[in-house]
Amino acid sequence: MLHTFVAYVEDRPGVLTRVASLFRRLNINIHSLTVGHSERNGFSRMTMVCDASAEAGHRIRASLFKLENVVDVDDIAGAPSVTRELALIKVAATKHTRSAIFELVEVFRARIVDLTAESLMIEMTGVESKIEGLIQVLNESDSRILEICRSGKMTMRRGHHTSGVLRALGADPGEKSLPDDELAGAAEESASIESE
Amino acid sequence: MGTDATAQAAHEHLTTPTRLTGAEIVWATLVGEGVTDVFGYPGGAILPVYDALRKFPIHHTLVRHEQGAAHMADGYARASGKVGVAIATSGPGATNLVTGIATAMLDSIPLVCITGNVSSKVLGTDAFQEVDITGITLPVTKHNFLIFRTEDIAPAIRSAFQIARSGRPGPVLVDITKDAQQGTAIFDFAAAKPRPYRPHPMLRVEESGLAQAADLIRHSKRPVILAGHGVTESEAMEQLRTLAERAQIPVALTLLGLGGFPASHPLNLGMMGMHGESWVNHAIQESDLLIACGMRFDDRVTGTLATYAPKAKKIHIEVDPAEINKNVKVDVALVGDLRAVLEELLPRIPGRDGSAWIKTIEASKGAVAVRDIKNLPDSGHLWAAHVVHDLWRITEGKAIVVTDVGQHQMWEAQYFHHEHPRTLITSGGLGTMGFALPAAIGAKFACPDKEVWVIAGDGGFQMTSAELSTIAQEKIKINIAIINNGYLGMVRQWQEFFYERNYESTPLVSPDFVKLADAHGIRGRAVRTRAEVADAVNEARSAPGAFLINFLVEKEDSVYPMIPVGSALHEMIRRPDNDPLLESPDDK
Repeated sequence: MLHTFVAYVEDRPGVLTRVASLFRRLNINIHSLTVGHSERNGFSRMTMVCDASAEAGHRIRASLFKLENVVDVDDIAGAPSVTRELALIKVAATKHTRSAIFELVEVFRARIVDLTAESLMIEMTGVESKIEGLIQVLNESDSRILEICRSGKMTMRRGHHTSGVLRALGADPGEKSLPDDELAGAAEESASIESE
Repeated sequence: MGTDATAQAAHEHLTTPTRLTGAEIVWATLVGEGVTDVFGYPGGAILPVYDALRKFPIHHTLVRHEQGAAHMADGYARASGKVGVAIATSGPGATNLVTGIATAMLDSIPLVCITGNVSSKVLGTDAFQEVDITGITLPVTKHNFLIFRTEDIAPAIRSAFQIARSGRPGPVLVDITKDAQQGTAIFDFAAAKPRPYRPHPMLRVEESGLAQAADLIRHSKRPVILAGHGVTESEAMEQLRTLAERAQIPVALTLLGLGGFPASHPLNLGMMGMHGESWVNHAIQESDLLIACGMRFDDRVTGTLATYAPKAKKIHIEVDPAEINKNVKVDVALVGDLRAVLEELLPRIPGRDGSAWIKTIEASKGAVAVRDIKNLPDSGHLWAAHVVHDLWRITEGKAIVVTDVGQHQMWEAQYFHHEHPRTLITSGGLGTMGFALPAAIGAKFACPDKEVWVIAGDGGFQMTSAELSTIAQEKIKINIAIINNGYLGMVRQWQEFFYERNYESTPLVSPDFVKLADAHGIRGRAVRTRAEVADAVNEARSAPGAFLINFLVEKEDSVYPMIPVGSALHEMIRRPDNDPLLESPDDK
């Protein structure tokens, strides 16, 4: 099955290697991996999707936590969440064939972000199945896809809930507090909200 | 090692922030972390550090190969419970450490390895003796650091110590560029303190889990405690013993668990697993409750998982959440430090009558003891088991024994009975041949007043025998017993059992080990019969310096019982009972 993990990691050289190397060592293929800045200075947020047995989730999360640079890991599993992927799709199209593609783009609520005499570029944000739907329809039409670039999934839990993220950033007694005192303050606030 | 005056100066650095070179900061930080002994080998990229050594009260042991440095630091850590420290230069110096680091990783041994690297300006250019050692050691360290700024050295080394000894211990490597060693910075030991240790967020000992565990123990008819290395690492010997005695539960040990529960204790079953005694493995297979304490259900103790302890509920007390349900699915997981968990659990454990189950296990021993090789009369052959057993008897089991890997390692585990933790030092997880000799040197530095014995095979001994000159140079007293059967014995045994006796590349020609010792100024003698064993052991013990005994044992003996890989725990290869050498009519 597909597992989705959201991790907060220190934003410094080599951290991505450590995370990726863990999956390699466990012989688990990474389905997709997105990394970017988070709301906190010095910490990046990763969304990792991997294919592993149902029982493997616990061990992957536990192993990720063992990495010194990993601050928090949330196993999204079946929790209510929003998942999005961004795709850029370049399609060969002339002025004679464009209009059909425009229609498709309209139906899929995608956007045209580049247009030349021989090609156009579609930007599409959505869940994986929707992006794959557009690709399939494009493939089935007369148009030829020249390039596809997909970001991989990004996931965020729904609601105010922030999972274990803030807790791990230093609210619980006995847990590692981070150098940034503001983080600990924010974490306490969130923990109290959660317990209400 | 510096003089008293320098020792005083070094300690003053710890309280008064001072401007020091990076090299000095390395030593000053080590002094601050309580380090007194390090093991290493100099080279270009670590030379500034070596140059500064004379100013600090730390003893450096020059090894003959960096693998030896890592094993010595490892043996030091295993014998003392402290963090071991190894030092090497860049490139080949660093890569030579890798086997030793992996050995420590697999056995959860706290190690800090410090390597020099080329200057930061040429980092990544394939400069002379440059290697990406943080990349190479990434999967075999708990964590590692690449340091190229002088001011980062102290915080990195202090973090390394914290990481190495916290939670489930393990090795940490700190790679420091040469320019960082040469630069200067204000050394402020207190300010370099790492952030407070964060326990693994998935540690969980819940009220319900403790209640459930107590309930399972109360209602079990055939419980067995499986005790591993965690007993020693968390110093839970007393708590384990209380649990076993109060609830009358027999205790089976892993290889690294030996010593964690006294061998002479009536509830001690002995070692479990591939070369465990038959009654131990039968007890596990028949058990209705396994209480796993600080062990990880390694394949060498479970046999094939499909048939492992099929009737048993399982309680797993373990400090590493990633070990829970990894190999064996458990019913109750108490994830935390073993001693702390047992202390919480014990008040819930009432006295219990376990006599029926203990009697059943006793009865299952049957003729095993009679068949045991150590109970057979002297037939003129020299059996390794006899050597180990005599060694145990003569040293009254009080020595620290450091074993290598192979048949002798298993015979030692079977016939040397360990009463106390940290008296058996062996590479269990990685199974690193060549471990014993250097690890014993480290153990001797950790416990200079203890008697230290190396037991090694003729194969493994030769992998690191160059460290004999380290022993000579350091003038340390270590006794070495080589169990010499002219084969890579354990591999030969597998060839005998599973490869139709095709002894490919296992017969081994060795130098005359006594002469080899002599060449190093180390005394020694060869032993060919059992009658000579005691005398030789006593001679070694009373010799003022190191002593080597070359035991020329039976060539084609095998370790029994044995569970073939892929078999169930109770499907053992037993010692052939029709072997005329072992059981002649006269023996009855």
